[in-house]
Amino acid sequence: MARLKVNGQVVDVDVDENTPLLWVLREQMGLTGTKYGCGVAQCGTCTVHVDGLAIRSCVYPVAAVTEDEEITTIEGLSENGDHPVQQAWVELDVPQCGYCQPGMIMAVAGMLNNNPDPTDEDIDAEITNICRCGTLGRVRKGVHLAKTKI
Amino acid sequence: MADTVTLSRRNFMVVTGAAGLTIGFTSGCSPADTPDASSEPIPEINAWVHIAPDNTVTVRIARSEMGQGTLTGLSQLVAEELECDWDKVVTEYPTPGQSIARERAWGSFATGGSQGVRGSHQYVREGGAAARLMLIEAAANEWGVSPSECSVEKGVITHAASGNSTTYGAVASAAAELAPPLEVTLKDPLDWKLIGQPLPRLDTVDKVTGKQIYGADITLPGMLLASVKQCPVKGGTLASYDADAVSGMPGVRKVVKLDDTAVAVIGDTWWQAHSALQSMPIEWDDGENGTVDSAQINAFLEEGLTADEAFVGNMNGDVAAAFDTSDQVIEATYNYPFQNHATMEPMNATALWTEDKCEVWCPTQNGESAIAVAAAAAELPIEQCEIYKIHLGGGFGRRAGSHDFVDQAVKIAKQMPGTPIKLQWSREEDMAQGMYHPITQGRMRGGLDAAGNLTGLHIRISGQSILAGILPQALRDGVDYATFQGLLPEGLPGAEDQVISYGFPNLLVDHAMRNPHLRPGFWRGVNVNQNAIYIECFLDEMAYAAGRDPLDFRLSLMDNHPKNAAVLKAAAERSGWGSDDGKARGLAVCYAFGSYVAACAEVSVDDNGRLKMHRIVAATDPGYAVNPQQIEAQVEGSFVYGLSALLYGEINVENGAVVEQNFDTYNSLRIDEMPDVETIIMPSGGFWGGVGEPTIAVAAPAVLNAIYAATGKRVRQLPLKNVDLRAV
Repeated sequence: MARLKVNGQVVDVDVDENTPLLWVLREQMGLTGTKYGCGVAQCGTCTVHVDGLAIRSCVYPVAAVTEDEEITTIEGLSENGDHPVQQAWVELDVPQCGYCQPGMIMAVAGMLNNNPDPTDEDIDAEITNICRCGTLGRVRKGVHLAKTKI
Repeated sequence: MADTVTLSRRNFMVVTGAAGLTIGFTSGCSPADTPDASSEPIPEINAWVHIAPDNTVTVRIARSEMGQGTLTGLSQLVAEELECDWDKVVTEYPTPGQSIARERAWGSFATGGSQGVRGSHQYVREGGAAARLMLIEAAANEWGVSPSECSVEKGVITHAASGNSTTYGAVASAAAELAPPLEVTLKDPLDWKLIGQPLPRLDTVDKVTGKQIYGADITLPGMLLASVKQCPVKGGTLASYDADAVSGMPGVRKVVKLDDTAVAVIGDTWWQAHSALQSMPIEWDDGENGTVDSAQINAFLEEGLTADEAFVGNMNGDVAAAFDTSDQVIEATYNYPFQNHATMEPMNATALWTEDKCEVWCPTQNGESAIAVAAAAAELPIEQCEIYKIHLGGGFGRRAGSHDFVDQAVKIAKQMPGTPIKLQWSREEDMAQGMYHPITQGRMRGGLDAAGNLTGLHIRISGQSILAGILPQALRDGVDYATFQGLLPEGLPGAEDQVISYGFPNLLVDHAMRNPHLRPGFWRGVNVNQNAIYIECFLDEMAYAAGRDPLDFRLSLMDNHPKNAAVLKAAAERSGWGSDDGKARGLAVCYAFGSYVAACAEVSVDDNGRLKMHRIVAATDPGYAVNPQQIEAQVEGSFVYGLSALLYGEINVENGAVVEQNFDTYNSLRIDEMPDVETIIMPSGGFWGGVGEPTIAVAAPAVLNAIYAATGKRVRQLPLKNVDLRAV
């Protein structure tokens, strides 16, 4: 059993404590916006926030989160889908297949939480998510557009 | 020039009261959002167009959306001729089952070969035009006037003389009762309003909020989850497994065997099922391929480089004689390793099997292949099967070449009748059970005369044939012409879109087919990935050997290829080719999937051998450019895919099995390595070329040629991660 605070709501889930947070979100809570890509923290498709910090939920055991910590998924990033990063993403038509984009957006939003004015070097260092469709050029433009909207 | 087209009756069969036929999965919706069948039936106008009373226009798209923007592009084509309000357009997938019932009213479902627009532009535009005529006729009938006196704009029909006006939504039901027109006139391209516009995609918003549903996200009432493991060695079989060892683990419902090669665990959650599968003792019988390794495969291909027998793909003149009289003959051998598709969403399918019905929800690049595979696995007539297509988390050919994941999901579900089972492959399973980009080597020989003119060129390809591996019926007298993609002569039926970009005085392109045991597949760009490297890097070598400028050298061979030359010149000029700014540049050109493409890459290599790809200028002539901003996205995306292969991509084999298991060993280009991409779209009109794949061909060779310009080092063995790039 684990008590989690997800997108502002406290929920109790019946789950083995070693289960990665990703699968609790997807399978126990039905929050399928967070995706499975690799299971080894390589691709970033599963990125969510814990207290505003981007983490890779596929290797993050649910036991590592306390009930005081705020977990935010793509579904809870903004009420109306209008977080600055989401706005920028729509404006620039960033997604292609879109499967990696919730993770990409959460990684970017997490970076902006700590660094609202990232340089290209900051982006290079902090955004290491994989996108096989190849949206990376627009992701960079999207970060620069998003920071003007904060 | 406007085309007048006589319509096939079959495509425009009007079905009234067809609420059942309009039920499908509106793209982006979960099954729970399926329209309520009990609501007022609203007839469609024709197979392509359904209009609701509120003027919402639903365009039906048979091709699959996997990121390439086909839903938007094809909707632009339909809406252009329909003259509807673009802001009211939504899309929907017809199902393969509906297609069977309606004699393939939507044509091909195949989504590959960059065929979405170029393969269906004609009939989808005709569908839009026919619907427009019917809607106008319905309004004219209501007013008692001639349709020719009515005009339409953005879904509003007007009769100027009487001042009457109505909307598509108001006359849709009446229009659906009318006989479809026997003839339609398509617009002159000069009159296009939507085609050619950089419209935003129709499917973006749900993709940034997490609402977009992929195959992996399907949830059905009572659904159980499955994880599968197939023999890691292709050709091997399942020897034994110990189900008892895991049957007591949390959430485990059942352990099931699938034919002779795979075993799956079914559980309450995927994590539980997968954890149990990971702990279950399994023994494999690797079979005769169990001792194969990469070194053997490479040796097998090397032997083919000089083998006496080879299939001829393109030949003119006499290369051997040309070499005999050449001033110098240079030679080089290149390789291109196996690649995996590694779609971000690993393979999956959800199946529900009963004795009289089989339904499958899956991401697929070809719904018709998926339903055939489902029916065979279900052991049911195809009419009792249905496929619900779900957006793909990437395709790149993997979800076209084989529907092994559908086959497995059905075989698992068949062992729990009435219970929906979602099969989700792990990333490791996805890496191990790929349909890999074929492995080849290219032995290049070229002659130069004393003046530095090319006298002859021999390209010997040795290696794997995709068609021999997975589509042997497509071989022609044993020859796989797809192997020669981008190197073929003009006039070969079915390969007009894969013609070589140059005219050579003497040319021989041949293929020693050497098929290793790994299953090959169509991988974005397919065989131009290696063929463009072979020819474009080697021509660069020849230009330097001749002491000539690589651009001038190429152009001297392109007298009869003006469109190829035009894109090459455009990319070179925009990049600043020939300027003395000290930048290291490399060029490549290709004609692939019906489009002319070229690239000029700008790179630098530091003292530690670290490569920086600064910028790539890409020029593409797709004939007509339906949505320029999406073409830019496809160019950039194809570069990421092609350059990931160039930098990191190789699948190795040990003891018959694939070595790479995840992204830690099969890496992908990240944002810090992404070059600036500048795309020049130069549609010359008069033809429809593809855009999803062609430009992938030129990314890698342009970068390799730029690396030579920067370092003097000619890289012929890929990927670059294994190569020391420090300047010689």
